[in-house]
Amino acid sequence: MSSVPRFWRNLGSRYNLEGTRCNECGENFYPPRNVCVNCRRVGQIEPYKFKGTGEIISYTLIHTAAEGFEGQAPYTLAIIQLDEGPRLTSQVVGSPEKIHIGMRVRSVFRKLGEDGERGMIYYGTKFVPENA
Amino acid sequence: MTIGIVSYGAYVPRYRIKIEEIARLWGDNAEALKNGLMVYEKSVPDIDEDAATIAVEAARYAMARSGVDPDRIGAVYTGSESHPYAVKPTSTIIAQAIGATPNMTAADFEFACKAGTAAVQACMGLVGSGMIDLGMAIGADVSQGAPSDALEYTAAAGGVACIIGKKESELAAIIEDTYSFTTDTPDFWRREGMPYPEHGGRFTGEPGYFKHVTNGAKGLLEKLGTKPEDYDYAVFHQPNGKFPSKVAKTLGFTKAQITPGLVVPKIGNTYSGSCLMGIAATLDQAKPGDRIFATAFGSGAGSDAFSITVTDRIEEIRNRAPKVSELIKDPIYIDYARYARHKGKIRLA
Repeated sequence: MSSVPRFWRNLGSRYNLEGTRCNECGENFYPPRNVCVNCRRVGQIEPYKFKGTGEIISYTLIHTAAEGFEGQAPYTLAIIQLDEGPRLTSQVVGSPEKIHIGMRVRSVFRKLGEDGERGMIYYGTKFVPENA
Repeated sequence: MTIGIVSYGAYVPRYRIKIEEIARLWGDNAEALKNGLMVYEKSVPDIDEDAATIAVEAARYAMARSGVDPDRIGAVYTGSESHPYAVKPTSTIIAQAIGATPNMTAADFEFACKAGTAAVQACMGLVGSGMIDLGMAIGADVSQGAPSDALEYTAAAGGVACIIGKKESELAAIIEDTYSFTTDTPDFWRREGMPYPEHGGRFTGEPGYFKHVTNGAKGLLEKLGTKPEDYDYAVFHQPNGKFPSKVAKTLGFTKAQITPGLVVPKIGNTYSGSCLMGIAATLDQAKPGDRIFATAFGSGAGSDAFSITVTDRIEEIRNRAPKVSELIKDPIYIDYARYARHKGKIRLA
């Protein structure tokens, strides 16, 4: 998995869906951007914490997992559109057969993975069906 | 000075395993176990849940219920006997996940099943002394029971977070007083590096649970000059359904007083979350002015007793986060094989 400092630098966005917002054009960014892609130098970027609700745009079921995720397979990986606009890729926890495009989801705090028995445990955001 | 509970939040994983399913594997008599333990099923964490994730979910519900600014949280103390790391605090993960860092203190607590209430007492001290504005005390566990051991029928997962404060207009419940009874009693332990705890079998009963809960409860009743009938509700640490029912009767509390907080038959023993889960379930339905008597027990051994009075504020905050009854409805039942996978009992090469 990722290195400890690399993961640590992104704790805010991984734990709490912290992104940024441009007050000039109103666009929200996740992961956070330092410069607005629309407004460039006139953009007014400030931190923005997403509510954690959104809907599934597309998804896939992973059976052959990448290293470090074998213990979680099969699991659903989805593109989720947050209610404030940005799209992100995340695991959706729950029965894969119940997942569908357009499903409303909300964020939860889960283990993302770990570096074996001796390494760091990586925590962060996953999603569950909104009514779960 | 008035100190109390500003808010609370609970979390229970959705998965359950029934006593019949565990008994099927080990050839035990499920009916005898259910009658003896008064536990019918227990909660099981998801593959990606541990004490830290459970504590974060409970803490976030407590924050949502309170509506307080996370910067006001001056301490996060997490009690658990299943902290994910041997060295590296669980409490910093929670503090970061609720946005309370960095101007605060944090530490992890461990005292078998009463580490959560020990954290409540620590927060009461810091809040009462004026060292901090608000403190968050959490009890959360993904408790371990060795395969085929008696503990496997009850060792469950869940957690509760309480925000402790002293601003009277913010208090949903006033903690009138607390009293502890502690001795060195080796009724249950887990050595460093060992995956499962050991226990003294029947020794955990009289010299452990009953002696400490009875003395802790009596100590607080004597200190306050109150009697069991002065309380509307009572909660006692619930390692199973039988122990709290028996100790309540011994102390003079009625079945009606303990029933609202007795959640163990449906979710099992949530260890550090156990007594706090009973308090949370009781706060979910108590009316302003109601009094709650609670006593937590931790092996090793000790008890923490609390006398609590609910305020008008409870009605305002109660519905801002899920109640315990909502968290435990609609479970997903799993078989022993899936339970073993979720609990990491199967070791992959």
